[in-house]
Amino acid sequence: MDGVALIVSQVLNGLQLGSIYALVALGYTMVYGIILLLNFAHGDIIMAGAYILWIILAQLGLNPVIAMLLAVLGCTALGVLIDKVAYAPLRNAPRLSVLITAIGVSYFLENGAQLVFGADAKVVPSFAPVSNIQVGGLSLSFVALVTVLVTAASTIVLTFLVQKTKLGKAMRAVSEDMGAARLMGVNVNNTITFTFAVGSALAGIGAVLYVMAYPQATPTMGMMLGTKAFVAAVLGGIGSIPGAVVGAMLVGFAEVFVSAIGLSVWRDAVVFLLLIVVLIVRPTGIFGRTMSEKV
Amino acid sequence: MAALLSVRDLHVSYGAIKAVRGISFDINEGEIVTLIGANGAGKSTTLNTVAGLIKPESGSVELEGTSLVGVPAHKVLQRGLALCPEGRRVFTQMTVAENLEMGGYTRSDAENRETLERVYAHFPRLKERRGQIAGTLSGGEQQMLAMGRALMSRPRLLMLDEPSMGLAPILVQEIFEIVKQLNASGTTILLVEQNANMALSVADRAYVLEIGTIKKTGTGADLLVDDDVRKAYLGG
Repeated sequence: MDGVALIVSQVLNGLQLGSIYALVALGYTMVYGIILLLNFAHGDIIMAGAYILWIILAQLGLNPVIAMLLAVLGCTALGVLIDKVAYAPLRNAPRLSVLITAIGVSYFLENGAQLVFGADAKVVPSFAPVSNIQVGGLSLSFVALVTVLVTAASTIVLTFLVQKTKLGKAMRAVSEDMGAARLMGVNVNNTITFTFAVGSALAGIGAVLYVMAYPQATPTMGMMLGTKAFVAAVLGGIGSIPGAVVGAMLVGFAEVFVSAIGLSVWRDAVVFLLLIVVLIVRPTGIFGRTMSEKV
Repeated sequence: MAALLSVRDLHVSYGAIKAVRGISFDINEGEIVTLIGANGAGKSTTLNTVAGLIKPESGSVELEGTSLVGVPAHKVLQRGLALCPEGRRVFTQMTVAENLEMGGYTRSDAENRETLERVYAHFPRLKERRGQIAGTLSGGEQQMLAMGRALMSRPRLLMLDEPSMGLAPILVQEIFEIVKQLNASGTTILLVEQNANMALSVADRAYVLEIGTIKKTGTGADLLVDDDVRKAYLGG
């Protein structure tokens, strides 16, 4: 029984970690899919979400539901703001300029947070209603279950949005051929901004779930999280939505497995090792298409 | 009668390269007008400028007296000008039906259902293949899809850029038959072609472009028998 419980809880841990990476990786992959930009500031959106939670829960002492809603909304607004201020003026600039800007935005957010909130970790009061629930004699982490379910629901909603709605089709059209999309009457600029909004909202959901599990906020917390989600997106095949989820699960499980066998100091290294192997064996990632050059 | 589209003294440059040097032409409601000329004469540049993809250096483009200069491409479409671009540029990873849906992006679902029936009537093959991914269609089918997609916006003026490019002669015939049909059912057409023979035989009027300027103009029938045009574009 103990063995079963251990395995179940480790699998759940893997799914939980993978889910959080998935929510962040989806934002990377969507933005890359549409404007071929590796948005290095994406991980820092999580950090912003964590500070919003800290302000509302620890400083203002408001209801956790309000805190969660405002965190997601705040992350969405930040994502849109970053696009409008930093990336939109560079729509016709070379890709490298936009990439460098993304790195600049990331540093700006991290150092800005450090300036405003200080370098030390801010503890966010616990806002999960219960810690464990009993399922068939097993005691399972409530936060982990919620994380997995919310991620699954978010992925389904996102897939529906991209595949079936008018805006989603416009996103796919823009990602394939911006000029042709313009000729269809699609406002390309707004479509790109919308993509940032969706990606950032998912990062906001990720921030809420992450802080639920690890209740603190630091200025650089988005860095490693963002990097691993980026690895997940590349593993799955950047630009692919199912790829981002599968890649994230692989990264999550790899980390949990390495920790479970007592090698937890290697948990970061194994993620990057995985990346190196995939890049050698299958450079386009698991779900990656060999993309034809855009003209 | 005032022209539907009127272009006056249009100049367009790509950096230091002057692609269009002061061309003027008119298109009246109900006509098929063609711009013919060799590669690099400025035909596609002219269409892309009218469609709002490129900003002209100077000159005017007016749709029924309203200027289109500086209007972004996605708004030009809403004014009633659709461009079916060179090289078709269908969305290869979307289905035929989704491509057509994108064509009707600015229209309501009810309008699109109605237009779709008309498009399928002109292009029965698209109806057969509506669930197929566009990238797997043949060149001729992709051309039909690109034309059908442009029609979905219910344009007042349909601009076709090299619809015969890369197609087998039998398909070229078929495409031009459809161009005539579309015109007969009320769509005004501006056609850009290197296949001057076909273009002149369907056009009411034609303009001959050479290195960014208009060299000659006349009815399609007249230019088809014009000595200079025959020598330069129709192989004697």
